[in-house]
Amino acid sequence: MLNIGRIRNGLVIDHIKAGQGIHIFNWLRLDKAGVPVAFIVNAPSKGMGKKDMLKIDETIAIDYAVLGLIDPDITVNVIENEILTEKIHMKLPDRVENVLVCRNPRCVTQMEKAAPQVFLLTDREQGVYRCEYCDEARGEVDL
Amino acid sequence: MLKGRHFIGPRDFTLEELDGLFSLAGSMEREPERWLDAARGRILATLFFEPSTRTRLSFEAAMLRLGGGVIGFAEPGSSSASKGESLADTIRTVSAYADVIAMRNPKEGAALLASRFSTVPVINAGDGGHHHPTQTLTDLLAIRSLKGRTEGLTVGFCGDLRFGRTVHSLAQGLARYPDNHFILVSPDELKVPDFITKEVFEKEGIEYLETSDLEGVLPRLDILYMTRVQKERFFNEEDYLRLKDSFILDAARMRLAKADLAVLHPLPRVNEIAVEVDADPRAAYFAQVRYGMFARMALIASLLGVS
Repeated sequence: MLNIGRIRNGLVIDHIKAGQGIHIFNWLRLDKAGVPVAFIVNAPSKGMGKKDMLKIDETIAIDYAVLGLIDPDITVNVIENEILTEKIHMKLPDRVENVLVCRNPRCVTQMEKAAPQVFLLTDREQGVYRCEYCDEARGEVDL
Repeated sequence: MLKGRHFIGPRDFTLEELDGLFSLAGSMEREPERWLDAARGRILATLFFEPSTRTRLSFEAAMLRLGGGVIGFAEPGSSSASKGESLADTIRTVSAYADVIAMRNPKEGAALLASRFSTVPVINAGDGGHHHPTQTLTDLLAIRSLKGRTEGLTVGFCGDLRFGRTVHSLAQGLARYPDNHFILVSPDELKVPDFITKEVFEKEGIEYLETSDLEGVLPRLDILYMTRVQKERFFNEEDYLRLKDSFILDAARMRLAKADLAVLHPLPRVNEIAVEVDADPRAAYFAQVRYGMFARMALIASLLGVS
């Protein structure tokens, strides 16, 4: 496997579905984070076959709710002094604001651009989110 | 306490609160003279971004019978929305003038959005094809008055169940009471959306049947809620013309129904109920209109906190 140096203090975003890493990189704006970031694609994985990973060489603030929404199987490892101190598992957030976009042409948010796009988790098992305003279901994140 | 609250969706009030509202509506119907000055000095704003004579007049009559005043507009052309003003700004402005707002808007979710910017109670008088909760109050009050109960009923919905917001709201409203069953009669293109079937009926284990056979299910119904296929909800006229007369209730079909069936309709009616049915004692759609005014009187009085 490609060798990327260990990080001393920072985050490893692991178990990203292969191909999704770029979306997460962009969503988290890691190019603007001002810290060294290693972006690994197609790393071999026992469980997943292939996976993407992001190593961030500093403990930056991340919106875990959004990360969970993009891919609930992701884990985030928190590294302190080269030691894994915490493994954070994602879960679907109950409410997300300005992450999902309502595609219902009849929804008020299509007209009132000042209104935040709010989606509520209405079915955790199926991962269904519905627009708070019009109840339209929307399954994917609009990255 | 309903004072100061908004009324946006059919589930905003608890069953106890609804019960209180219906009792109040009942007392208003019995003794309307006691309420003539209840809302004196208060103002209702009726903001109708989409025309609706019936609902607007019902709200205005309700407020006038409570002794209050009414301001507003009946179509978007006479509002500042036609100059490009946002809904948020319109609501901020109107809530400086009025004590309560009743709004109809063609955009789904418009009432919820309005409530976020209003300093006074907002009543959803219809938001596109989404909800029409005061029609639900009307319908529940009518059912309670006509059948003596709102539970243990087999309720048929017929017509445009896809865009018919009255159907969505009433189905959600009735689903809260025990032992109600639903029979949904529509052409395939106009079936009930899954935010009702999947997330209300199935989630709560409520029995429902989707069919296009009105005659086959008529004998089972306690309530038949007819709806119009709404021209304004179609993007193309061909689809409308093809579907508009899918189901017509006439005297022959009424012979298949129970003797104590109640036929309801949110009105306006076009062709879906033949005029000959009007003389049938089971035709309750004009009585329903009157219940609507008392339901709205009770709602306005409760949100204003007047008695």
